[in-house]
Amino acid sequence: MTSWPILSVVTFLPLVGALFIAFLSDDEAGVRNARWVALWTTLITFAISLILVWRFDPSSADFQFVEKRPWLGGAITYSMGVDGISLPFVILTTALMPISILASWEAIQRRVREYMIAFLILETLMVGTFCALDLVLFYFFFEGGLIPMFIIIGVWGGPRRVYASFKFFLYTFLGSVFMLLAIMAMYWDAGTADIPTLLHHTFPRALQTWAFLAFLASFAVKLPMWPVHTWLPDAHVEAPTAGSVILAAILLKMGGYGFLRFSLPMFPEASQHLAPLIYALSVIAIIYTSLVALMQEDVKKLIAYSSVAHMGFVTMGIFAVTAQGIAGGIFQMISHGIVSAALFLCVGVVYDRMHTREIAAYGGLVNRMPIYAFVFMVFALANVGLPGTSGFVGEFLTLIGTFRVNNWVATLATLGTILSAAYMLWLYRKVIFGRLEKPNLQWIKDLGWREIGILAPLVIVTILIGVYPKPVLDFSAASVTQLIDNYHHALGGVQAAALTR
Amino acid sequence: MYEAIVALPLIGAIIAGLISLAGARNRFPGEDPPPPHDDHAAPLLAESHPRAAPSPHEAHAATGVAHTEEHATEPPAAGSRAAELITTTLLVISCVLSWYAFYDVGIAGHEARVRLFSFISYADLHSDWALRIDALTAVMLVVVTTVSSLVHLYSIGYMADDPYRPRFFSYLSFFTFAMLMLVTSDNLVQMFFGWEGVGLASYLLIGFWYYKPEANAAAIKAFVVNRVGDFGFSLGIFAVFALTGAVDFDTIFAQAPSLVGKSFHFLSFNVDVLATVCLLLFMGAMGKSAQFLLHTWLPDAMEGPTPVSALIHAATMVTAGVFMVARLSPLFSLSPGASAFVTFIGATTAMFAATVGLVQNDIKRIIAYSTCSQLGYMFVAMGVGAYSVGMFHLFTHAFFKALLFLCSGSVIIAMHHEQDIRRMGGLWRKLPFTYATMLIGTLALTGFPFTAGYFSKDAIIESADVSANAMAGYGFVMTLVAAALTAFYSWRLIFKTFHGEPHDRAHYEAAHESPLVMLVPLGFLAIGSLAAGWPVLSLFTGHGADVFFHAALNLGTADRLYAAEEKLPLLLALSPTIMMIGGFLVAWYFYMRRPDLPEELARQQHLLYEFLLNKWYFDEIYDFLLVRPTMWLGRLLWKEGDGFIIDGFGPDGVSTRVLDVTRNVIRLQTGYLYHYAFAMLIGVAAFVTWFMFTGVHG
Repeated sequence: MTSWPILSVVTFLPLVGALFIAFLSDDEAGVRNARWVALWTTLITFAISLILVWRFDPSSADFQFVEKRPWLGGAITYSMGVDGISLPFVILTTALMPISILASWEAIQRRVREYMIAFLILETLMVGTFCALDLVLFYFFFEGGLIPMFIIIGVWGGPRRVYASFKFFLYTFLGSVFMLLAIMAMYWDAGTADIPTLLHHTFPRALQTWAFLAFLASFAVKLPMWPVHTWLPDAHVEAPTAGSVILAAILLKMGGYGFLRFSLPMFPEASQHLAPLIYALSVIAIIYTSLVALMQEDVKKLIAYSSVAHMGFVTMGIFAVTAQGIAGGIFQMISHGIVSAALFLCVGVVYDRMHTREIAAYGGLVNRMPIYAFVFMVFALANVGLPGTSGFVGEFLTLIGTFRVNNWVATLATLGTILSAAYMLWLYRKVIFGRLEKPNLQWIKDLGWREIGILAPLVIVTILIGVYPKPVLDFSAASVTQLIDNYHHALGGVQAAALTR
Repeated sequence: MYEAIVALPLIGAIIAGLISLAGARNRFPGEDPPPPHDDHAAPLLAESHPRAAPSPHEAHAATGVAHTEEHATEPPAAGSRAAELITTTLLVISCVLSWYAFYDVGIAGHEARVRLFSFISYADLHSDWALRIDALTAVMLVVVTTVSSLVHLYSIGYMADDPYRPRFFSYLSFFTFAMLMLVTSDNLVQMFFGWEGVGLASYLLIGFWYYKPEANAAAIKAFVVNRVGDFGFSLGIFAVFALTGAVDFDTIFAQAPSLVGKSFHFLSFNVDVLATVCLLLFMGAMGKSAQFLLHTWLPDAMEGPTPVSALIHAATMVTAGVFMVARLSPLFSLSPGASAFVTFIGATTAMFAATVGLVQNDIKRIIAYSTCSQLGYMFVAMGVGAYSVGMFHLFTHAFFKALLFLCSGSVIIAMHHEQDIRRMGGLWRKLPFTYATMLIGTLALTGFPFTAGYFSKDAIIESADVSANAMAGYGFVMTLVAAALTAFYSWRLIFKTFHGEPHDRAHYEAAHESPLVMLVPLGFLAIGSLAAGWPVLSLFTGHGADVFFHAALNLGTADRLYAAEEKLPLLLALSPTIMMIGGFLVAWYFYMRRPDLPEELARQQHLLYEFLLNKWYFDEIYDFLLVRPTMWLGRLLWKEGDGFIIDGFGPDGVSTRVLDVTRNVIRLQTGYLYHYAFAMLIGVAAFVTWFMFTGVHG
């Protein structure tokens, strides 16, 4: 389709930028240049990724922009490609990177070069995860992403950063050990690690169950699902603002993407049998973490818990395996990527000024920061799932898709919408509304132009795709339809075989 | 044209919003802290800075009334006048267009459908942004835009001293936009958008004075209670989609007859399809229209500015639930069970709210309970199948209830923000115009013959009397008794406020009539309260309703009701009027002849009095049953669930064990990892084993 390897360019351009920064000097000019190089690299990467959108054919469910080169002696190939399910995540990643760099512009003053390098490497690994069409390559990117994030939290994090980063690392790493085992088993069974081939391979039933659970161990930690979610609040609280943004917006989505790319299409029978387990965990995640969010005293922790609840809608929708459920799951991930990123940026704004995330330390900010209050309101409402914001579309689609299949699950999950309103509005009231009584808030400044520049695009996108979600939904429609068809075909084939026997 | 009706308020809201944001930013452009030697920072908070939070009294200060108190009020936001003029003008245009639409659609019979663009459409789910204009919508368009433009106008006077007027007008216009999206929707999803949109506007406007803790609490309460109702509404939408494969009204209505008598599995129960769907959707209506059990937010919502109470919490938003049942009348009319429930809830609310209204002392809360009660009347009409009659009452109620609220706003301003009627009295001399218009509003509310309320309220009571609905008898008795109670509390309000001796000399002496910009809307609404009944009577009742509403309402049962009403015995037909007169006489005797009697009665029936005064203790019960357990559970899950069990037996516990065991081992992290991995492995193994033996092969 293309004459030049556009996906590889998008994936590895940040790495080139990182190398470039590595050769910069360590003085003040070098630091300044490091920021600018990082910004321009991410911006150019974003621009190139838009070419993908432009030349992508949404009517086709096939992988596009495919690149294939033998690697490591031929058993494993360097194989890249995107379809309607992965491309939105690629764009989400490339779009949020410049924003993260800008958000770190003044907040990071220590080891700036190393910080920028870590972020650029992280971008390469994240884009690679979504583009990889080879199991081993995927595993490499998926796992690799762990390391820069571990470093970002561990080096530039808050006071308890070591605890948080180790908790993060251990949880995710242990999950992936099981995934690696499953990947090996799959390779032995199918004789290839090529994802497009594996998508049409029928695995034996026992292997499906084992592999499904092994992948679940990894994706559930990443997403995170209850009860392996407790690393997330700690990681968010300690991570620097941009770290939280990328963690919430992209890294969590790798779990959901993994379910769509591997668990559901490759292990359809196991997916069907274990769906009740996923449902149960999703509903618990939604209600449990929403209740916990109600009681939080730290702004970031509250948003982190609400992330877990929102990811509950994603897993519920995906494993309902209805058109609306899966499309809603994808949309919810995109929407949450934008909204949670923006919420963490909002927290970062006041954290940069006051150096505390404690809810009780704020109050009455609207008196000094009206623009901030407005922006925060938009994202708070999007997080509540108010119609007209992107948050509603995802929740609505996942719920309506799930209700058809299992109305117990959908009903319980809908309870989460009451709780989300309660905790978000409570947070907003405590931080923004009220009298400005704290003396140290007396001179707090409203958003600067850099901050407005970061947040304004997110406000616009949140409302735009909330009012007119069609372009985003249509983007993945063909791939989702094929995913569902294959799923039912696989199950139907098995059932038909069972009948004729 | 229809696009313009909906879009103009939105444009106004955006312009005013931008003015407000720009103004707010310039007001505090961000300064550096004062030099460090200034150690009086804390005491300076209140006065030194132009944007120090004002006290409620200051910001609430309103109109051209010369204030005796010397408060350093904030300067008004830049562009206040422009924001007022732009939003009000756009709304008046929208209002004029709506009246034309009312004529064009209702009288000339030109229904219209405008499809704008797609909203949430995926696979077999189709929902568009669309404008569906039929007679039902036309009625709502007229009500919403008329009351809204009058309230905009009134607010120019009422909010004159408030420093944040652009924000206020932006919210008002945004509300109007959302309400118009609600009433013009042609599918449940867009309706839900409008539904939550008005909820947002309500939240923002109740909490408009964000420095008041009570206002914030009331705003959150309103939003969350409405979300409880919306929980039902969304489940209703999901169920409709699961059963009919559509969310647009035309398809749903076409399929509805085929669902009669069908049942489906909902939450493991085998339930009747239509009854379940209707009840779920009605739960949303109960929240939005503040019906019994979900009513608790409405009285608290009176914390918002009075024009807001008039527009949102009396005339328009709270009637959205009634509109929803009317819009879905093809569904509700097929389910006798759901209809009976609607009647039951409506009648109970009518009665319940009226009893609470008897003893309240806050002028706005009395009217709020009255609104609650009148909404109950409308639901009684909806329940017994007299949809057009319910819409009739919605139409007339909008005029006289908005009038009553705006009058009370005029009184409140005159009394310097005193809302307690025990401290008023004798005001009719000071506020003649307000008095006259409020009297008209009261006459209409109590159903005085030939005022607007008379026709619609009587029609509801009569419909309940002749209906065959299982709850009709209950509805009839409750609405009839509530009519007497309505007359009592309404006249009590008038007598205690405007008659008798002034109880607060200082405020009384300072009181004087509001400026013209506030009185003009009162005049318009007073005319409406007097005259909105008779001229349109033939459109809303009898066979005229069939012609007028055409297919917009399912009036199959209503036709039989109207026929039966014509044969009603004279005594029954007169009974609402008799009750009204009874209520008036008792109020007159209590508050004009024997002012000592009410207090004595309250002493004698102390328990009953306390029960009513505390609104049947609903807030306390909910707090005890719902709010506290939820908080407790949240804390428990956080500290014990996440902290003790998951982390305790997970990472922290493992690491502690590892630390114990390998205290002397230098390579700590390896041990940590190894043990952790081992524990996880055992867990996964146990888990998988369990699945192998249970469900997996099932």
